[in-house]
Amino acid sequence: MLTFMVSNTLLQVRIGASVRILGFEDGKNLDAKLRQYGLFIGDQVRVLRLAPLGGPVLIEANGREIALGRGIASKITVECL
Amino acid sequence: MRFALVGQPNCGKSTLFNQVAGYKAETGNFHGTTVTFTESKVRVAGEVVHLVDLPGTYTLAGTNPAEAETQRYLQSRQVDVIINVSDASHLAQGLDLTLELMSLGRPIVLALNMMDEAKRIGLHVDGPGLAQELGIPVLPLIASKGQGVLSLFTKALSQSRQTVPASGKVQIPQEGALRHRLAGELAAKYVRQGERRLTWRDRLDDLLLHPLWGYVFMAVILYVFFQVVYGIGSSIERPVLAAFNGWTNQLLLKIGAQTLWGELLFGLLQGISGGLAITIPYLVPFLFGLGLLEDIGYLPRIAFLMDGLMHRLGLHGKAIVPFILGYGCNIPAVMSTRILEERQDRFLAAALAVLVPCSARLAVVFGLVAFYLGPLWALVIYLFNILVIALMGRLLTRFLPEETPGLILEMPVYRIPTGKTVFGKAWFRVREFLVEAWPLLIAGSLALALLTYFNISPALNWTLRPVTWLLGLPVETGVPLIFGVLRKELSLIMLRQALGGADFSAILTPLQMLTFTVFVVFYIPCLPTLAALRRELGTRPMFIIAGFTLIVALTAALLTRGLGSLFL
Repeated sequence: MLTFMVSNTLLQVRIGASVRILGFEDGKNLDAKLRQYGLFIGDQVRVLRLAPLGGPVLIEANGREIALGRGIASKITVECL
Repeated sequence: MRFALVGQPNCGKSTLFNQVAGYKAETGNFHGTTVTFTESKVRVAGEVVHLVDLPGTYTLAGTNPAEAETQRYLQSRQVDVIINVSDASHLAQGLDLTLELMSLGRPIVLALNMMDEAKRIGLHVDGPGLAQELGIPVLPLIASKGQGVLSLFTKALSQSRQTVPASGKVQIPQEGALRHRLAGELAAKYVRQGERRLTWRDRLDDLLLHPLWGYVFMAVILYVFFQVVYGIGSSIERPVLAAFNGWTNQLLLKIGAQTLWGELLFGLLQGISGGLAITIPYLVPFLFGLGLLEDIGYLPRIAFLMDGLMHRLGLHGKAIVPFILGYGCNIPAVMSTRILEERQDRFLAAALAVLVPCSARLAVVFGLVAFYLGPLWALVIYLFNILVIALMGRLLTRFLPEETPGLILEMPVYRIPTGKTVFGKAWFRVREFLVEAWPLLIAGSLALALLTYFNISPALNWTLRPVTWLLGLPVETGVPLIFGVLRKELSLIMLRQALGGADFSAILTPLQMLTFTVFVVFYIPCLPTLAALRRELGTRPMFIIAGFTLIVALTAALLTRGLGSLFL
């Protein structure tokens, strides 16, 4: 039997949902950058709100709130929990 | 003996530093406020200790210059004890850095700061358990209230005398991802999540970051801020200025206006009253208000709301920090561009940040435009300024075609500011005005007196005539504009003197006031800011930025002359 895992980008997650970070499309570069903010692959994050006018996504990870620009959010692949 | 404060951004290192060293480091409720280290001598149990406040860093493997500064310092200087400050309400993240610091093999003390905040959100931290597992002392701290500071430093001192290396139960992995996992496990083990009480602070973002109401509140907050600054400032400016004008006239009648002493006395009084009547009344409430907004944590919310708009105009998201600091003073703004990773971004952010009207230019905007044309016009200038910066950002990114990485910004929790830190911060900057800028203002006024007496001003005025003619300004504005490069307030204070010290409205038309102010807001950064630009970016970029601001200033002022004539 086949199971399908749906992977989305962080941008496609609806507000209030919890997801797990699967990876970064940008590879090493973004990985290193987000590590500096304490965001690692495998971390569980919750999408809190979306700023209007193409603004950033506000997420909660490990008890902290971090705003991510949409360009960055669209490169983070996540799985829904 | 040297202690180094190391911790993640916005964990309260500088607050702790200021508690023991007096107000010397800038603090704010967003990360990246400290971009270079500050050192101070403090006395602990009779011993003199050098205390160093290092820029916040999430990891020792960071890539931006502010983080590199911390690494370099820890590696090169003789640090006897590392005081690792960690935000107790976000321990999983803080422990990441703690584990990394422990692997340096230096004596270390872990301070769990913001214990009050942790308690508020229902967290119970088992400090002794953590201390035992890590093998290092763990102490509670509420830096903003000064609680636990003494025992922390006493512990650090005793730790420096310890010869036996710390031994804990943990094995620290070398690999970052494994360390991160361990930090998470440790936090899960020693932090118990109790009942989380939702307070007004947690609900506040529902309003302040609301897609519609967020903007309404932002507009109201900024409007009230302006009104208060204007209200306080103008109610002081009026009587003080009148009093000084009275004294000046009386004294000049006695001495004689056309003599050398008469001119010098006139210059001296103009310099003193300029600071006392025009600058300080606006500067103090402005800095106080900015400090309040900073410490509450509202400024990053503005960044969150404005990022989409700014991106649309080609601006870099994270560059908001230099911009916000720029309203206080452009120098820390230029320095804070270090938090950006790419050199190109730093250049761009610095070039745009120097266009932000600092508190010195605020004096010109409020003292001239708000005072004579009304506070709404001051707001118009500020909004026009933002528009120009945005347009320039779009233009510059066109010349520097590179993908901007976009915004990554931590949203701090709202904090109730303590009077001590807000007062301290405002005083820190007001003192800078009193000891550095004001003497320069007075010296500038005296220099202008000499220039007038020896009849040199006309020559200088004529060299700048092409510019002043183009902008439709009186020929006498030349010298004040030249001196304005030293300090921006000088341009206004010397203008008053050059025009005979009378009421501005008798000499300048409203349109001229507006054009003059717009030009002053944008043209060449002041000398100390130029020095900061040179230090951060190099000589050539400094000249490029200075030339760039001059072009922007001319264009913007011409536009003001053209558009303003429709309204005034």
